[in-house]
Amino acid sequence: MSSLLKVDNIHVYYGSIHAIKGVSFEVNEGEVVTLIGANGAGKSTTLNTVAGLLKPKSGTIEFEGKSIVGVPAYKTVFHGMALCPEGRRIFLQMTVQENLEMGGYSRPNSEIEASLANVYERFPRLKERYKQVAGTLSGGEQQMLAMGRALMSKPKLLMLDEPSMGLAPILVEQIFDIVKELNEAGTTILLVEQNARMALSVAHRAYVLETGTISMTGDAHELAEDDRVRKAYLGES
Amino acid sequence: MVFFSYLISGISLGSVYAIIALGYTMVYGIAKMLNFAHGDVIMVGGYVCYCALSYLHLPAIVSVPLAMIACTVLGVVIEGLAYRPLRQAGSLAVLITAIGVSYFLQNGAQLIWSATPKNFASVVHFDLPSSLTSLGLSSEAIVTVGACIVIMIALTTFVNKTKLGKAMRCCSEDKGAAQIMGINVNRTISMTFAIGSALAAVAGVLLCSAYPTLQPTTGSMPGIKAFTAAVFGGIGSIPGAFLGGLLLGVIEAMAKAYISTNLANTIVFAVLIIVLLVRPTGLLGKYAPEKV
Repeated sequence: MSSLLKVDNIHVYYGSIHAIKGVSFEVNEGEVVTLIGANGAGKSTTLNTVAGLLKPKSGTIEFEGKSIVGVPAYKTVFHGMALCPEGRRIFLQMTVQENLEMGGYSRPNSEIEASLANVYERFPRLKERYKQVAGTLSGGEQQMLAMGRALMSKPKLLMLDEPSMGLAPILVEQIFDIVKELNEAGTTILLVEQNARMALSVAHRAYVLETGTISMTGDAHELAEDDRVRKAYLGES
Repeated sequence: MVFFSYLISGISLGSVYAIIALGYTMVYGIAKMLNFAHGDVIMVGGYVCYCALSYLHLPAIVSVPLAMIACTVLGVVIEGLAYRPLRQAGSLAVLITAIGVSYFLQNGAQLIWSATPKNFASVVHFDLPSSLTSLGLSSEAIVTVGACIVIMIALTTFVNKTKLGKAMRCCSEDKGAAQIMGINVNRTISMTFAIGSALAAVAGVLLCSAYPTLQPTTGSMPGIKAFTAAVFGGIGSIPGAFLGGLLLGVIEAMAKAYISTNLANTIVFAVLIIVLLVRPTGLLGKYAPEKV
């Protein structure tokens, strides 16, 4: 397995707040890697930095062996990474199909038709509602749309930020089934989650983030058995 | 029949307001800023066209596109130099900068072309049958209304059907999300200014063709009226700007004709206030439907 994304010792600041204090991790091709941690640990900040929305003060980020530090967010998607952001951030006033088309903004027009068919096959619900304005979709449908939109760019690395947020348990399970399916179909996934139990159940490897640093790392199944993780993140005593 | 001629002059004036309001509303919708210098870009468009016609003796068919190109460049330069550095700043800073740019353009124009009003020769020449002119219809009015309708339809199609147009709508909703789609937000905003300013040039030429006095403050009052029209129709909405512009023009013409010339502007703004009291988002302004 070769390394697709390699983050080495990055430091990120919000003004004077030192949010990420030397985080390093790696995602290999074909893996599902998850970053788990409590609110405010820096999970989303890390993901946004990789996507280019934030710039690290120091440290390196390599994607397919090339440095992408300082590459603005609107260009990282052309390198083959797609971010499905926290809170979904779909375009509420546009239709489902327009949202998906915008997801394919970085691809040539000739590919859009096939990518749309692909996404509709995976998310039949979206096909039923393709003309509907996205703001009128339910929470679960909006999450599917956000994921479908990210897939439209045919990413080598799909970054999912809290895909389970605000969803009913049955939908959470559905979303994680989709994550598994996408990975089996060949997409490498970097998953950020507060729902550690679900995240560890689909991931190969995991990193635990605590106030801006990585406190633990390892095989996802082993971490799920670890006492400290069970106490702190799985709510077991 | 007198009523009919007032109506025509109102629709014609309203069409100019609508074209200017379209520029205001597009920039507001996408950059979320009020470009108070927009009215002065109109004036620059008028002067460029005037110079091309009177000094270079170019035909109107060349002069008008020349004015559009000049204003497009001007709009992009203003955005890049004055507004882009303030993208992360508060909206008040941007607003004050826009007012500054407005004065800068007015005084710049005074320096170049002096404060003496120029007599702008109409760029629209064709004869109408006397049966039409007796109704108060002029060739300027026909061209103005026609241009306004064409521009409205073209803009609506552009925003809904083209890739760049859709990218503009993305930026209007969520700039962060637009970026991760691969949209260059700065360039998209630049393009918006380019389109808005080209429209301002058209508005300037049409305005000066109907009201031939051209001076550095020519764009200022129509600019404010068009801004009002954009708010009236629902700022950010393209059909809203069109409807708001037309209504404003007609209300103004009717108020002048039947109530009082001096009170016309007061009446226009009174109507605006009443509309906003009843519909705070304007006539066609959207309440974003949102289900979480």
